[in-house]
Amino acid sequence: MKIHNTTGGRIFDGANYVFLALIGIVTLLPFVYVVAGSFATEVEITSRPFFVWPNEVSLESYKYIFSTPAFMRALVTTILVTVVGTVVQLVLTVSMAYPLSKKQLPGRKLILNLVVFAMVFSGGMIPTFLLVKDLGLLNSYWALILPAAINPFSLIIIKNFFQELPAELEESAKIDGATEVGILWRILLPLSKPVLATFALFYAVGIWNDFMSPLLYLNDNSMWTLQMYLRQVTAASDLMASGNIDPNYIPPAQGIKFAVIVVATLPILVFYPFLQKHFAKGMLVGSVKG
Amino acid sequence: MAQLLPVVDTPSRAESETVRTTSDGARGPLRKRTFRTQFRHYKWLYLLLLPGILYFAIFRYGPMYGVTIAFKDYVPFLGVNGSPWVGVQNFADFFANPDFPRLMGNTLILAGLSLGIAFPLTIVLALLLNEVRLSILKRTVQTLVYIPHFLSWTIVASLSFLLFALDLGPLFHFLNGLFGTEIDFLTDPAWFRPLIVLQDIWKNTGWGTIIFLAALSTVDQDQYEAAILDGAGRFQRVWHITLPAIRSTIIVMLILAIGQMLNTGFEQIYLMTNALNRSVADVFDTYVYFVGITQGAYSYSTTVGLFKSVIGIVLIFGTNWLAKRFNQSGLF
Repeated sequence: MKIHNTTGGRIFDGANYVFLALIGIVTLLPFVYVVAGSFATEVEITSRPFFVWPNEVSLESYKYIFSTPAFMRALVTTILVTVVGTVVQLVLTVSMAYPLSKKQLPGRKLILNLVVFAMVFSGGMIPTFLLVKDLGLLNSYWALILPAAINPFSLIIIKNFFQELPAELEESAKIDGATEVGILWRILLPLSKPVLATFALFYAVGIWNDFMSPLLYLNDNSMWTLQMYLRQVTAASDLMASGNIDPNYIPPAQGIKFAVIVVATLPILVFYPFLQKHFAKGMLVGSVKG
Repeated sequence: MAQLLPVVDTPSRAESETVRTTSDGARGPLRKRTFRTQFRHYKWLYLLLLPGILYFAIFRYGPMYGVTIAFKDYVPFLGVNGSPWVGVQNFADFFANPDFPRLMGNTLILAGLSLGIAFPLTIVLALLLNEVRLSILKRTVQTLVYIPHFLSWTIVASLSFLLFALDLGPLFHFLNGLFGTEIDFLTDPAWFRPLIVLQDIWKNTGWGTIIFLAALSTVDQDQYEAAILDGAGRFQRVWHITLPAIRSTIIVMLILAIGQMLNTGFEQIYLMTNALNRSVADVFDTYVYFVGITQGAYSYSTTVGLFKSVIGIVLIFGTNWLAKRFNQSGLF
């Protein structure tokens, strides 16, 4: 279909294109500035108000952070917690989604209703904190993984996905003598790879980005995750104002802040194209009731 | 009689039928076996279901039971069950506390700014993107504006600290140079709310357009052609065709947004709070943390959290009712 365009329409289109391009650039600029700053010398960061390319490329900031034990510990910890957490959360979600995709399973409706109710109402921060404390999970990395192990939205979307797979696949496997677990493992999971990869990425991003759980559940500085470390580095001067940390603490040089932000952002940006490929589809599947 | 009963489909029903048929000596054991067979038939599925059920029981419903401490005087040593009941004393304390009107005000102002500025901007951005026929531009802009959604609030806050840093930040220089001022945006209480709204817009507006763009893609294209034949201009077409077509989506999203009004986002506010802006920064979510976790007032802070959840549920059902009242399709 071709819509005839008037002069006014063309002017609008032009202005709209320029405006949207600007929006895109404005969204991107903070990253460009931080990346440029992370490769700049301390002198350049403190003397030039804004730049997208450093005059003198320097790796000093990265050399410094990668030789800082506290940073390395936080980085390795976060990677491990993210990998283990993603596997645990995905396995739990799939394991629950599959039986719930069987319409004939007795008790299915009740469980689904309870899941939906948990989406609407939650106990809140303090009762969850007390539960984690009573379970002895304070200062344990499991506290970052288990309380949010199954996302009800993801559960229902994966359940719907299993439900929509052709039933003939399972029936023929059953005739061949496959068990339920065998069907899930050998037939459904290989078919669901793209969907599961998407939800794995969403879980991974959630754990990587989580700030509240480590803040609530990890009291020990040596257990901190990258987000906690980032917070301490970038807000150090501010924390001093509120008296939360040692006044003798010397705020890190600007360049180090830039480099830590880049490291904390990088994995998200690397995996973003894979996420983007699927999330629009995932959102649409999610909007279908059932 | 027994044979006419429907095939059992829930365990509880199977049991009651077993009881009913025990008078019939021959049928009793058979029925029992049927239930057992049913269960045995599905045992692998139930086994797969078990970890999930345990998760929901412990980590989702456990805290819901823990909410009872809002009506108790929680003593860690006595636990949730052992602590003495105090009725609505915690609520009375909270409503009498001068913090209450301040928290309510701060929370409502931030929610109002979000609903009044960020929400319409999302629709405007979706409409502008929808008007783009140059698909490479559309896809590029979409790719860029979705990115911030995936970044943590810690990164967003850190970026803000760098951009607005006193004497160093690019935006500190740019804005102060533009207006000839000497404002420290990060600590000035007057700038707390604009910063929060700005972060919110930067992080979530792009992502928010997805649902509206999906709704826009279903608009019947023939209507536009008919409108053009009738001489309707670009803006008239948007006003009379596009917007009405996505009205139900807008209403659903608005109901959801209003239901979430009091959830100001703990991480964002916490990260932007400092000693100088506490008077405007304190909202229900961060107050629960400061009073509950750092000061150990567990019962009182649970009360504050419960109050917030209940208001949220009232808001979502209230808006839904209003939407239906005015003949719009509601959420449920």
